[in-house]
Amino acid sequence: MSAWETVIGLEIHAQLATRSKIFSGSATAYGAPPNAQANLVDLGYPGVLPVLNAEAVRMAVKLGLAINARIARSSVFARKNYFYPDLPKGYQISQYELPIVAEGAVDIVLDDGALKRIGITRAHLEEDAGKSLHEGLPGVTGIDLNRAGTPLVEIVSEPHLRSAKEAVAYMKKVHTLVRYLEICDGNMQEGSFRCDANVSVRRAGAQKLGTRAEIKNLNSFRFVERAINYEVSRQIDILESGGQVVQETRLYDPDKGETRPMRSKEEANDYRYFPDPDLLPLVLSDAFIEEVRTTLPELPDQKAARFASGYGLSPYDAGVLTASRELAAYYEEVVRELEGEPKLAANWVMGELAAALNRENLEVGSGRLPAARLAGLLERIADQTISGKIAKEVFEAMWSGGRSADEVIDAQGLRQITDSSAIERVIDEVMGKNPAQLADYRAGKDKLFGFFVGQVMKATGGKANPAQLNELLKKKLGG
Amino acid sequence: MSELHKRTLTELAAGLRARKFSSVEVVRAFLGRIESRQGTLNAFVSVTSGQALAEAAGADRALASGGGGALTGVPIAHKDLFCTRGVRTSCGSRMLDNFVSPYDATVVARLKAAGAISLGKTNMDEFAMGSSNENSYYGPVRNPWNVQLVPGGSSGGSAAAVAARLVPGATGTDTGGSIRQPAALCGITGIKPTYGRVSRFGMVAFASSLDQGGVLTVSAADAALMLREMAGFDPNDSTSVEAPVPDYVAALDAPLAGLKVGLLKEFFDKGLEAGNERRIREALQVFEKLGAQLREVSLPNLPLSVPTYYVVAPAEASSNLARFDGVRYGYRCKEPRDLLDLYQRSRGEGFGAEVKRRIMTGTYVLSAGYYDAYYLRAQKVRQLITDDFRRAFAEVDVLMGPMTPTAAFAIGAKTDDPIAMYLNDIYTIGANLAGVPAMSVPCGFVAGLPVGLQIVGPHFGEARLLNVAHRYQLETDWHTRVPQGYA
Repeated sequence: MSAWETVIGLEIHAQLATRSKIFSGSATAYGAPPNAQANLVDLGYPGVLPVLNAEAVRMAVKLGLAINARIARSSVFARKNYFYPDLPKGYQISQYELPIVAEGAVDIVLDDGALKRIGITRAHLEEDAGKSLHEGLPGVTGIDLNRAGTPLVEIVSEPHLRSAKEAVAYMKKVHTLVRYLEICDGNMQEGSFRCDANVSVRRAGAQKLGTRAEIKNLNSFRFVERAINYEVSRQIDILESGGQVVQETRLYDPDKGETRPMRSKEEANDYRYFPDPDLLPLVLSDAFIEEVRTTLPELPDQKAARFASGYGLSPYDAGVLTASRELAAYYEEVVRELEGEPKLAANWVMGELAAALNRENLEVGSGRLPAARLAGLLERIADQTISGKIAKEVFEAMWSGGRSADEVIDAQGLRQITDSSAIERVIDEVMGKNPAQLADYRAGKDKLFGFFVGQVMKATGGKANPAQLNELLKKKLGG
Repeated sequence: MSELHKRTLTELAAGLRARKFSSVEVVRAFLGRIESRQGTLNAFVSVTSGQALAEAAGADRALASGGGGALTGVPIAHKDLFCTRGVRTSCGSRMLDNFVSPYDATVVARLKAAGAISLGKTNMDEFAMGSSNENSYYGPVRNPWNVQLVPGGSSGGSAAAVAARLVPGATGTDTGGSIRQPAALCGITGIKPTYGRVSRFGMVAFASSLDQGGVLTVSAADAALMLREMAGFDPNDSTSVEAPVPDYVAALDAPLAGLKVGLLKEFFDKGLEAGNERRIREALQVFEKLGAQLREVSLPNLPLSVPTYYVVAPAEASSNLARFDGVRYGYRCKEPRDLLDLYQRSRGEGFGAEVKRRIMTGTYVLSAGYYDAYYLRAQKVRQLITDDFRRAFAEVDVLMGPMTPTAAFAIGAKTDDPIAMYLNDIYTIGANLAGVPAMSVPCGFVAGLPVGLQIVGPHFGEARLLNVAHRYQLETDWHTRVPQGYA
């Protein structure tokens, strides 16, 4: 057992998938030319006022309900004051003392299959800041305020995570959840889903938390894992050599694979939070909350449990297949089309299909291989028209050619030979051509059985039904 | 024709509608007065003659075809912190000296929609911070009753302009008395409506939880007419209240018999000058004659208004004014070395002394370790003051008392002593902290200088307030007095 225990808490920032910004009517779409989506409110013009986007509230409530949290009947927007060029008003509207969501939790699956509950301290609504632009602007800094005012929900976990792996599992779980709820597109490259990690270490068994470092702005699962692992060993090295960890904000450099302190500010920031007088307390009625509850979809954990019990899948498989709503829907469509064989469907969706999608960097919803088509292929395995091995070839042909399984099977003559007399004929032929091997086999060289299977498969172009072949071959070789 | 400026806003609106004179004539008459008095009074920051005359011609066409709204063709002016599209909106600050607003404030848009024509933007204390109009980048405004004296502030330009009949009515804002105090010192009528009654959208913020737009006019009837067009819910302002706007004009004439008037005990204190108190007592006698019942009412927490206000208002201001950073609009220092230098010099050079003082005060009271002792405490006291008003209005219909402790003071008399200046707001601030409507009504003179009577009402009691003031003005002529040389 290691002498050190790692303690991690994550602050996940999820951009809410509203059409307009949290306090203005500007669009939130990604990728517009700089400042094309910044109106006078976003630009912080004199005299403008924020008006809360009801859809953002609805989405935050959805999240709160999905993590079994307490939904505040009254929450308060506060101003977080600091100067920065990408912060047009000189303050960020956020929630401080009274967030809209508090005291929730999600479960993650550990390596040994056990569940671990990760507490969520709070989730609050706030506005995103803009961006500073440096590329292609020698000597000056540009400001793009398209992102300014994009609604965010910041999800703050308890320090319940004990390793980088757990942190990633937790982040993936939340990622799955927000996409199920359709409140965030989860696009990490575009920054729609990112996190800050608070990392500290302490001697195993110690009660008191160690001094933490906050690693800012991690926007991929891989970076989260690497940054935390780097940070943990950095802190352990410091402590083991008698030093002290400094509480600071650090940035992860993915090229060098290390964390570095952010340009140090001369003194600690005092954000001077106070309730925003431009916005009234956000008051939610029970009726509103219950109405939002009716819009909740089947959640990942519920769906996984249903897959496990209804389709006889292992908890692991059920977890993989419910990682996204699209994947789960695809799987269920395959099962429906196939009528039975949920295990076969699971193996193919998680195996060949996932590998093919991965290879070409496609989403399951890309439509490249509709579920009905995959079901058509699996049906041919189930009814023994083709073997599993041939099916992989058919799959590749379907994947690249856009044809149905039957079209591929017929065009390439891949139909499995299940006619015993036909298989026997080939066996006889093979035995006739290989008298020496036959004699050796009969003299006790059992290993040569595989040789005869191979020869028959070769002669039938792999189409002989493997089970039948085995049985017939055993009988014939035995004499 | 040369007498057009003697007519009240109500008379002008009626005369225009009856086609007794044209809007172009009216606008020309007032523009002419502005031009000849601006050098003396400095009441305006910008005068938009060309635009006003063009709009007047349009108003005349609308009136000729039987169209137009309640204020069609009537000239007004806007305090220079209401955003006006295409027109500089300076807030009396070097910071926004170059700022031309790309949009109209809701108040500006509503008055425009009612047909009013803006002649320009009036001078003010920088970002509405001040009680004397001496804190303007454009220089002090002078009181038309005596040009050596201040007009009050921060809506000093609007008050002086209306008092000098350079315009029949003007908008103002009142965060801690900025409509009522200058109205009192200039001998005109001013009303600060209930917080939330008039949209703050496009009204550059000083202290968001206290700021309220209102009007400065000659009479309560004029105020009723103008306010009726300005007030109402605005989806762009989350703190504006979704309640119907009564017809303030129609409510003006209700009799006052049985009106229960509470005298604000705490305001008749040793700070109130004897002459001013006499004028107030005389006004109260008029109300008694009209059938009102007077009784003394105590609001025990009211004396805490000034310290409470000078925590809450600067706190909000320190945050509200953070957007003036030299990055996107407004003043930017020359050749900044780096970001910090850009911030420090743009703000250091762009803001005046009083604004900086309040930003620093506000930053301090919000700081970690001080927040509870100052800001939270002040909010608690604010609640106590609000409760005081609520209790009082359970017993009386309106409260009355002095508007200011003294008449107008000399320019420069208090500039070196911010505390003395702040204490000038002692009678005004309570209504802002409680969010209740209040107005100032001329009630006589002390040594040739006007004195204002304050009338405070319960939340959304504007109609009653205006009615009470109007009945008083039917009995008295203080509001019709014009400073010498401006008749």
